Amino acid sequence: MSTPDKKPMVGRRAPLVDGIEKVSGRAMYTADLDHRGALVGRILRSPHSHAELLGVDVSKARALPGVVAVITGDDCDKPYGILPIAQNEYPLARDRVRYRGEPVAAVAAVDQKTAEEALRLICLEVRELPAYYEAGKARQPGAVDLHDDRPGNLEREIHHEFGEVDAGLSAADVVREESYDCAEVTHVHMEPHAALADYDAERDRITLHSVTQVPFYVHLRVAQCLDMDESRIRVIKPFIGGGFGARTETLNFEIVACLLARAAKGKVRIKLSREETALTHRGRPRTGIKLKIGMTREGKLTACACEVEQTGGAYGGYGIVTILYAGALLNAIYDIPAVRYDGYRVYTNTPACGAMRGHGTVDVRHAFECLLDTMATELGLDPFKVRRLNLLEAPTRTINDLAVESYGLPECLDWIEAASGWNVRKGALPPNTGLGIACSHYVSGAAKPVHWTGEPHAVVNLKLDFDGGITILTGAADIGQGSSTILAQVVGEVLGLDFDRLTVIANDSRITPKDNGSYSSRVTFMVGNAALQAAERLKAVLVAAAARKLEAKPEDIECLGETYRVAGGQDSGIPFKDVVSEALVDTGTITVKGTFTVPREYQGGKFRGAGVGPSMAYSYSATAAEVSVDEVTGRVTVDKVWVAHDCGFAINPLSVEGQVQGAVWMGLGQALSEETRYVAGLPVGPNILDYRVPTIVESPDIEVKIVETLDPGGPFGAKEASEGALSSILPAIANAVHDATGIRLTETPLTPDRVMTALVKQERAAKQANSRGAA
Amino acid sequence: MAKSILRLTVNGSGREDAVPANMLLVDYLREVAGLTGTKIGCDGGECGACTVLVDGRSRLSCISLAHTCAGRQVETVEGCATDGRLSLVQKGFHEKLGSQCGYCTPGMIMAASGLLRRNPRPSEAEIRAALSGNICRCTGYVKIIEAVQAAAEGTT
Repeated sequence: MSTPDKKPMVGRRAPLVDGIEKVSGRAMYTADLDHRGALVGRILRSPHSHAELLGVDVSKARALPGVVAVITGDDCDKPYGILPIAQNEYPLARDRVRYRGEPVAAVAAVDQKTAEEALRLICLEVRELPAYYEAGKARQPGAVDLHDDRPGNLEREIHHEFGEVDAGLSAADVVREESYDCAEVTHVHMEPHAALADYDAERDRITLHSVTQVPFYVHLRVAQCLDMDESRIRVIKPFIGGGFGARTETLNFEIVACLLARAAKGKVRIKLSREETALTHRGRPRTGIKLKIGMTREGKLTACACEVEQTGGAYGGYGIVTILYAGALLNAIYDIPAVRYDGYRVYTNTPACGAMRGHGTVDVRHAFECLLDTMATELGLDPFKVRRLNLLEAPTRTINDLAVESYGLPECLDWIEAASGWNVRKGALPPNTGLGIACSHYVSGAAKPVHWTGEPHAVVNLKLDFDGGITILTGAADIGQGSSTILAQVVGEVLGLDFDRLTVIANDSRITPKDNGSYSSRVTFMVGNAALQAAERLKAVLVAAAARKLEAKPEDIECLGETYRVAGGQDSGIPFKDVVSEALVDTGTITVKGTFTVPREYQGGKFRGAGVGPSMAYSYSATAAEVSVDEVTGRVTVDKVWVAHDCGFAINPLSVEGQVQGAVWMGLGQALSEETRYVAGLPVGPNILDYRVPTIVESPDIEVKIVETLDPGGPFGAKEASEGALSSILPAIANAVHDATGIRLTETPLTPDRVMTALVKQERAAKQANSRGAA
Repeated sequence: MAKSILRLTVNGSGREDAVPANMLLVDYLREVAGLTGTKIGCDGGECGACTVLVDGRSRLSCISLAHTCAGRQVETVEGCATDGRLSLVQKGFHEKLGSQCGYCTPGMIMAASGLLRRNPRPSEAEIRAALSGNICRCTGYVKIIEAVQAAAEGTT
């Protein structure tokens, strides 16, 4: 008998398992949930950048008919923050406000109008303090400290040196140093923040629906701030309209919604406006980079020294992790014998920064790839050649103890070189058009979790019942990246079953196992591995049942998904449903668990700060951009992008393409137009139009090549696909602009005014040189 | 705010509701008609997530008063499917991954549906122009264009 054709589940271009809900309008996001009987929650925000909070008078607001609860910083004295070592934020400010827009009080009322009227009745008594909007000013001697325990407004400084940097620079034929300044950017997930909190006064329990990427961390912080036992709290993540890192920590409005619900003894819904969502921020900090690279005449790197200063905003958040990432991932992409890193994370009176796609690495990678290009040009070397000369050879361990087990950068470079027509077209393009390239990489899950509890890094449960359906229970938050689909594909592949037998439930703390959440591109790798183990365990149960039914040994049973049979036998076997019935005899509903833990040897070295940067696997990307520059307006247009991404193995090639395109495009926005701006701490244009997210009209075609290196640790060889490619587009564009015009911009975004200024400067310099030549 | 009767057609069915004069169309659809498929992504007219069709033309429901639709035909994403089966545009967005987080999707689908109704075989430039008021933060737009092209060709 021939084996029935089984379409593999992994490697399949599968539409999302929850895609039909999204295109039909049935997907319920937080603001869409049933809110009958819910009060309207609104937050009063500080109009001051930095001030002592002497008093918050809520008496008039409380007296307003229709107001059910008014809360202030007095209602919560427990600080919170994503990192256990840096919790210095309150859901509502106490004693001091540190940025314009910081929540100071909140109201729950019968309707929006009453809630807003109540906010107007709240009086703040303050004593203004000097405010600092730039890292340099906050670090000046005599500046008032935002936080008493952080003198000089330095949240954290890092000094790492691996290898002999000074010797390496001395041995170089060419040493170049350049400073770069990358503007602050923010996520602009399409769904504004929202939370729905329901307090059961009879049982003293809270159910919170929120827009989070990290339901488990939200759970912990809500329990902490409300001083409630964790078992009394239930956190549910409905459909989420994007995150990109904004929602990888507990956010103030989530805790405020719960505090309000408890104070009002009922249900409260908070929907933030787009402006308030921008104020909640947690984006990529403005980053100043001073970079020095040493290179031989042939293009071999000898050493690198990098100083980074991040304008972190008013609170800790992920700050320490961000400043550590910026240094750690100078490594693990090229073979650099010596690397020095000095990092400074600075508190300022602006909304707190946090994690944003490509966390910590993007601006530094931009600087590195730009300076590499500058030096290659100076030495007359092809940018591809310089990169090829400095490739790693996997498996290897970097000087800062990062393990690289698979490395597809050579193939990525080969593909973009051919696809972009580099060897023929470079230098042969029309005036003011140019080509540029750059490379990047990223972790496939941070090897050390935020909380070192000793638990596995990921847990997946599978439930199989009488109906023959398998429910995949996961705490991994699908935020649109398609993680639920990936888990279904992994489980389906192992069991030989298609999507119609599989249902994914994610995420409800009462039902699904705890998961650390969707950040650091960890889900496919870590949760995928847990799903793989769970599916293998379920398969063993089914094979044992089939063996009993077929009176054969388990090792002789062949699983064909919908059929189980004795391998090599004449019998056609028994259908899946019969195997399930047999498996349920005596035990009933079957539940199996799979777990995954990153082995200790991948969790980093033994120096202080070694916990950030390590991962079991790194993705690699190479990107080529073709640009044209309007010499009259200074406007840069990206005409085409070619990007090759080594994701180890594409469990879902359709999804990988979508993630890589989205990442590259988000970086393109940062490169060309995106920038948060503040005037005296007041955000200018906290909306989608003024912030300048690129529209479909100015977005280029992005051609993706998936490179598969089959990582030994990844599920089916898979690594991350959502973040790594982002960093390479900024320098690819900047390098292409140089190719097109001869100018090298060291600031992002490459706005028309910056380009124009540089073009005019270049023209003047040329004229002066000419006139000197003529004289 | 005084309420008055609003009579209009939503997704093919006639409705009569007492609606305040200052109520936005998006709030009417979401809160009164219970059609939460239409999304709010911004503070007014920035993102296109709330796009619906009014008499077949794209309209931002977050900057339209509900009463301006009196006597008109309003279509939302919930009205696209026929007999529970996805329309070609919906199928295109689903199968080509024109939708990732899905939040901009209803607006995209309505804008694209409006385009294909008046121009069944649009060029790529025409697709870009028709969707220029709809922001997506996930896809980089590449697969959105493919989704609309697939719908136009009826080949999904």
